[in-house]
Amino acid sequence: MAQDNQENMGADPTAYWAATKRLTVVLLAVWFLVSYGAGILFRDALDNYSFGGAPLGFWFAQNGAIYIFVALIFIYCWKMNQYESKFRIKE
Amino acid sequence: MDQQAWTYFFVVLTFGTYIYIAIRSKAGSTEDFYVAGHDVHPVVNGMATAADWMSAASFLSMAGLIAFLGYGGSVYLMGWTGGYVLLALLLAPYMREFGKFTVPDFVGDRYYSGLARVIAVICALFVSFTYIAGQMKGVGVAFSGFLGVPANVGIVIGMAIVFVYAVWGGMKGITYTQVAQYVVLIFAYTIPAIFISLTITSNPMPQLGFIGDAAGTDISMLDKLNTVVRDLGFTEYTSTTKSKIDVFCITAALMFGTAGLPHVIIRFFTVRSVQAARVSAGWALVFIAILYTTAPAVGAFARLNFIDTVNDSTYISDTENYEARAAQIVRQGGKPVPVWYKDWEKTGLLAYDDKNGDGIMQYRGPNAPDGIANEVVPNRDIFVLANPQIAQLPGWVVGLVVAGGLAAALSTAAGLLMVISSAISHDLLKRTFKPDMSESDEVLVARVAAAVAVICAGLLGIFATQLPFVAQVVAFAFGLAAASLFPIIFLGIFWKRMNKEGAIAAMLTGLITTFSYIYYFKFGGGSDDQWLFGVSPEGIGFVFMWLALAVGAVVAIMTEEPPQDIQDLVEDIRIPGTRRAHGIADAGMQPVD
Repeated sequence: MAQDNQENMGADPTAYWAATKRLTVVLLAVWFLVSYGAGILFRDALDNYSFGGAPLGFWFAQNGAIYIFVALIFIYCWKMNQYESKFRIKE
Repeated sequence: MDQQAWTYFFVVLTFGTYIYIAIRSKAGSTEDFYVAGHDVHPVVNGMATAADWMSAASFLSMAGLIAFLGYGGSVYLMGWTGGYVLLALLLAPYMREFGKFTVPDFVGDRYYSGLARVIAVICALFVSFTYIAGQMKGVGVAFSGFLGVPANVGIVIGMAIVFVYAVWGGMKGITYTQVAQYVVLIFAYTIPAIFISLTITSNPMPQLGFIGDAAGTDISMLDKLNTVVRDLGFTEYTSTTKSKIDVFCITAALMFGTAGLPHVIIRFFTVRSVQAARVSAGWALVFIAILYTTAPAVGAFARLNFIDTVNDSTYISDTENYEARAAQIVRQGGKPVPVWYKDWEKTGLLAYDDKNGDGIMQYRGPNAPDGIANEVVPNRDIFVLANPQIAQLPGWVVGLVVAGGLAAALSTAAGLLMVISSAISHDLLKRTFKPDMSESDEVLVARVAAAVAVICAGLLGIFATQLPFVAQVVAFAFGLAAASLFPIIFLGIFWKRMNKEGAIAAMLTGLITTFSYIYYFKFGGGSDDQWLFGVSPEGIGFVFMWLALAVGAVVAIMTEEPPQDIQDLVEDIRIPGTRRAHGIADAGMQPVD
């Protein structure tokens, strides 16, 4: 146990968990906006614009949302790794 | 070599590779068998997850579905990818830190209840068997359509292959065969897509062709498609007849269902750490996105191409000499029915009924302005299967597509088999009825369970082909995963106060409501105007998921809070590297590092 304490020196799990929850909420808000928002709820308004030859809302629903999903997961990984070093959380 | 020889070549080559990999990766311990030794590289796991996830339906049917549904097909595209964001952010890292083997392990230990564990086992078994029947059917279709083998013999061959690598190698064997299967299926999908994109839009990237202009014009491909289908009396490609709320709920049910599917969740137990679980989910989605961003392009191109080549062409019957008659039709200024149509007509995937007796194939929608009745009925699976021929690609591409379809079906079937076998050997026997079973006995039981499950799945595939509801029961799998498993896993991580009583109430609520609703509308004679809030059975899992969450929370608040050991466990799984064993939470099984 002594070694555990030393390893976790300066670790701040409370702040880490708070930061994790904040990040999760923000990223899920984007997740909701690009799929349910742009692709479904506001699609008619977005279809007045186009992306290349595709109506914008339609493009989000069939292609755009997927690209952003991928980006969201990697942003999550990157930020979580940052939090883990900032709050001294060691696996 | 002709087309069938190429098909045999690819199928034998790929099957041989799978067996070779399986023999190289024999599972010795329970850890090997259930979670591949917790030692799979995150990118490798991502690739295996992608193959695990993309089934015969994704590979063979999805692009065709989108071709017919247009914008309405978006529910599958967003639904079957967006769930990975939920997995990566809400479940995968925490489930990995929890550190056991199966989803019922989590439910049973987090909720300190054998009953909760058994209900989770029932959900997992139901979801997995529903799903696996469809995979086996897909294997049968691929064999009978291309290799001249009866569908049932094809299913038996498929069963034998899965048997070898799942029973022998467990999760370890499955993981590395899935990687090989991913490579096969992604090449098989993208190569024809590139060529058909070149034909329709002159752009080799299907994703760019999708938003580009139709070849040789300055009209965008989608505008052209909209005009063409509207003139034939169909709904415009970029619109849908489904209501907004239904599109919303179906998308959501597929997303939350994806996140709650046990065969997907267990893939994240196989990596070494929490960090690896997170990044692995990202890679999984990258590999999935390659196919899922190509599919809508393939769907749109295929629809356009189908109308271009088949509509208003002159039919040539089997009794006529095709070449001679086709040349004659061209001389008279007509358009002969294409060769690929004649080839595929034999499979029954295309049907022509000359209603007005003029010998011309009129393809029309329900609101055709010229009032002509539709005479051509294509099956949605035809588009991916016939694409190589439509794009006039060489015979080996067709062989590759068949191998790809089989890879997609077999990889998913294997992942599901793992869930079924571990639910029986680990969750029911080891953790519930026979805790004193030795590790080597458990591996043996897991092998026997996998073997029995392969046989059951094959029988389901053989007999379910005669039943009309194979495609429809998929709604069950996603709806039940979303409404019964997702809520309690989510609350188990993010709400410390969630207790045994709440979890059992939530699972039963989700299970019973969703099951009854889907059963009533799919098999019980319910009509569309009785839909709750206008939500179809495909989307209802999302509605009942909220009900399950609410019922679970209310019951939990009204009953005793969970024991201290459990609250400590929840604290631990939120912070990487802090997991310790906690009394009753880990009494039956120590967490693995």
